[in-house]
Amino acid sequence: MNNNNYFGTLFDGLRSLGTGLKTTMKEFFTKKITEQYPENRKELHISERFRGTLTMPHNEANEHQCIACGLCQNACPNGTIRVVSEMVETEDGKKKKQLVRYEYNLGSCIFCQLCTNACPHDAIAFSNEFENAVFDRSKLILTLNKPGSKVAAKKS
Amino acid sequence: MFDFSIVTNWIHEWLLSLMPEGWAIFVECVAVGIGIILLYALLAIILIFMERKVCAAFQCRLGPTRVGPWGTIQVICDVLKMLTKEIFTPKGVDKKLYNLAPYMILLASFLTFACLPVSKGLEVLDFNVGIFFLLAASSIGVVGILLAGWSSNNKFSIIGAMRSGAQIISYELSAGMAILTMVVLAGTMQISEMVSGQASGWLIFTGHIPALIAFVIYLIAGNAECNRGPFDLPEAESELTAGYHTEYSGMGFGFFYLAEYLNLFIVAAIAATVFLGGWMPLHIPGLDGFNTVMDYIPGFVWYFGKAFFVVFLMMWMRWSFPRLRIDQILALEWKYLVPISMVNLLLMAVIVTLGWHF
Repeated sequence: MNNNNYFGTLFDGLRSLGTGLKTTMKEFFTKKITEQYPENRKELHISERFRGTLTMPHNEANEHQCIACGLCQNACPNGTIRVVSEMVETEDGKKKKQLVRYEYNLGSCIFCQLCTNACPHDAIAFSNEFENAVFDRSKLILTLNKPGSKVAAKKS
Repeated sequence: MFDFSIVTNWIHEWLLSLMPEGWAIFVECVAVGIGIILLYALLAIILIFMERKVCAAFQCRLGPTRVGPWGTIQVICDVLKMLTKEIFTPKGVDKKLYNLAPYMILLASFLTFACLPVSKGLEVLDFNVGIFFLLAASSIGVVGILLAGWSSNNKFSIIGAMRSGAQIISYELSAGMAILTMVVLAGTMQISEMVSGQASGWLIFTGHIPALIAFVIYLIAGNAECNRGPFDLPEAESELTAGYHTEYSGMGFGFFYLAEYLNLFIVAAIAATVFLGGWMPLHIPGLDGFNTVMDYIPGFVWYFGKAFFVVFLMMWMRWSFPRLRIDQILALEWKYLVPISMVNLLLMAVIVTLGWHF
């Protein structure tokens, strides 16, 4: 950099202006990043870690991983999650907590991911599903466990 | 090359057969005026659309896509919106000057617009000091800007207007000097002669190094004269809301907007005329077959093609560089552009005297 000489600064300036023009010209021909949303629903690109809504993944046998420990409920900063559980007695006489209903209020969720971080069994996860608009607030209260589902057997 | 003066002469003869000469000329003037205004509005719409698309492409976006195919109707809708808006006069403005200012700006750009040689035989104003008149007429615009800022009774407006005054008056010097360089090479100030003199090669090629330097200087100064690009501090949104046209609404603002885009086109069209040969097709001496093929493309296609190419260059500049400070703008003009263009003028004079051009 030549800062005190008239012609030095002139040519430095011209060179840096040229760099700027080259950069914008390159940008002119790159692929545009605009997503034209409703039309491109099919090939819409959403980044993998985008947090759209909370889900509870079930396997083919309609089994989930939730052991109804309630850690997510405690971790949630604004009471979005309510875990309804019951005590059942297994065949060998042990008492065991079982999930009845996993209530999730989408309307008050702030998508902070504290619940999924707290979960010891990775029973809940955020999905990319983001088209959450409904006409009534009561429809935002979702039950995440599917009807008739039960907790998966412990992996050995 | 088709000569449009055949058509215009035929219309003139036809009108003369219907009415006395004075009336015929009056009717022709009205027709030409309406033609110019229509072309002006049409060009403004095309330019605004082009600006939005080009700007979007430079910023890795798509620009308007929703209204009409590829967003083509968008600008027309914007114009309709502008026409239906309330024209509001704020309290404490100097009513007469406030209402006069947009028309001063439009007047300047209409006068300049009328000088442009669109095609062979389609020059509206064409006389022996054409380029000189064009430079003089384009300077009236700054009066409108100063009036708008002064009469608005708003300190942001007056700051914008003063900046604009300082900037336009300064940059007119190097723009004029760049054009003067080309006048030295062309040997005439009449626009039509200047264009027909470029039949054997555009001036930017025949004048090689000094012509190229003059072209770059003219583009920089032209961008500054339009209050655009890195030199848009008369209407710096982030500092002065909208500068000198802050207090205008509806079509008052519309006129400023229109004039801004048309001035862009006019600057580009002057560059196309003076440097790139106006409506003259690309002729390469020695390649007669190629030259005849080029002659089949009509003159106005060449003209608008070149003008829009220069417009694109100016948009490229505008969307690449950040805004300058007022002291940087004046330093650029007085410490760099003016001395360089003076030396350049001298260089061109030497080259022309010694016959070193093509």
